[in-house]
Amino acid sequence: MNIKRVSVLAAGIAALCMAISASANTLDKVKQSGVFTIGHRDASIPLSYYDDKQQPIGYSMDLCMKVAEAVKKELNLPNMEIKYQLVTSANRIPLLANGTVDIECGSTTNNADRQKQVSYLPTTFVTANRLVYKKNSGIKKLADLKGKTLVSTAGSTNIKGVTEMNASQNLGISIVSANGHAESFLMVETGRAAAFAMDDILLAGLVANSKAPGDYEISGEALSVEPYGIMVRKDDPKFKKLADGVISGLMTSGGINSIYDKWFMKPIPPKGITMNVPMSANLKKVIASPTDSPDPAVYK
Amino acid sequence: MRVNYNWNWGIFFELEPGASGNYLQYLFGGLGWTMITALLAWSLALLLGVLVGTLRTTGHKGVERVCLAYTELFRNVPLLVQMFLWYFVLPELVPRETGEAIKAMPPPWGSLVPAVLCLGTFMSVRVAEQVRSGIQSLPRGQQMAGLAIGLSRTQTYRYVLLPMVFRIILPPLTSEFLNTIKNSSLALTIGLMELTARTRAMQEFTFQVFEAFASATVIYLIVNLLVVLAMRQVERKVRVPGFIGAQTHTVTAGH
Repeated sequence: MNIKRVSVLAAGIAALCMAISASANTLDKVKQSGVFTIGHRDASIPLSYYDDKQQPIGYSMDLCMKVAEAVKKELNLPNMEIKYQLVTSANRIPLLANGTVDIECGSTTNNADRQKQVSYLPTTFVTANRLVYKKNSGIKKLADLKGKTLVSTAGSTNIKGVTEMNASQNLGISIVSANGHAESFLMVETGRAAAFAMDDILLAGLVANSKAPGDYEISGEALSVEPYGIMVRKDDPKFKKLADGVISGLMTSGGINSIYDKWFMKPIPPKGITMNVPMSANLKKVIASPTDSPDPAVYK
Repeated sequence: MRVNYNWNWGIFFELEPGASGNYLQYLFGGLGWTMITALLAWSLALLLGVLVGTLRTTGHKGVERVCLAYTELFRNVPLLVQMFLWYFVLPELVPRETGEAIKAMPPPWGSLVPAVLCLGTFMSVRVAEQVRSGIQSLPRGQQMAGLAIGLSRTQTYRYVLLPMVFRIILPPLTSEFLNTIKNSSLALTIGLMELTARTRAMQEFTFQVFEAFASATVIYLIVNLLVVLAMRQVERKVRVPGFIGAQTHTVTAGH
């Protein structure tokens, strides 16, 4: 190990440290690179999903485009490029934290655990964790799954929630994890799992787009209430202020209502099906007073 | 771009959500499933691989063609696609009652059986190729001598050819076994909670990405090193001086 090798190694490590120790400032990063990367999902209908031309669209995507326009205006970058990056429940937080995406626009639950690693814009949707099962299975609630198989998507709050409930209430359910919402639903469709636990709005989308929507039922029992928010990096006050302003502005001006109607009350691509989910009382409450609180009690 | 991350190595002593133990125990449970899958798949691979590999050298055109078809089929489709086919597609192709019976297998057997079958058949092709090359690398005189002293073809294979072939291909077979252990991680896509699946679950529940994957890396490394060391002892014991695999001055691990 001669002195030349040691000094090259030391220089390399120093350069790496310098690269890592730059600050988490999204606006500076976008100004420098000219690129704003939006993280999206592939099957979180109707919030963030692919249409039949593999373009990412949805309710959260429309809201993020408003934020992107605000960034463009703020930085005075008329040629700012918007890149799209597909993320999954499992990798959305690491990809946001390491800078691969600048904002995550999907169906991400806002909770206290996650707020240790990321921040959220004001809640834009309130959903509940429910089960979907085949009508002829005789299942109505979680306790009916004793000795049966329950599937949920890897990396979701739902799988963590049902695992904890299964253990604490001794329900005796076999819980299996699948790689995505579409795959989890396929397990119920093919009969490998008796039920799929997920946020009710995503279940409604999957059922509406399935081969035989009439075969399925979504449970009345809600296992938990979950607020969805757009995710941004932690400790980045300038960008958060800008983005918060965009979302709160849409809420106070009422602009959010037409965006909501577009995705929840009118026909949506790719099959032109209407979700027909009127705005819930919980959502109306948070639109009246925008909040990014992770506490479920605030949303009841 | 600073990576905002707070380290917490104490996470290993926290209870996992299913309350079956702490995260360290959870990961070691996953290691158990990895080893069971890998060992069962490897046994299947050896069985089928030796069979197919030897049959391919017999000289009967029909038999050789069947073996060739088998080899090319399992070799040219990615392992991940094969996992999906065994798990999702197979129960739909067989008669209805068999399909329902397969789908009714409770977890983890519902995921373990297709994973073992898939991994076993995939690796059997690689074993078959090793065995075939091993047999073809032996001097032709070996088989002729065997037939000349009155052994039947089967006996020639059993007493003359295959003993030497196994000694020759032991290093590459070690590689294939290590590959089996590593490829078992693909079973996570069909719901088997082996080590990689549990590492990902731990990462998703706790957000402590680096701690989870660092420990999985270390565990895999240690397991693979133990296998290499054990196989090196085996190689040393069975080697025949003067033949391939017997050089003591070259690395015999065959990676």
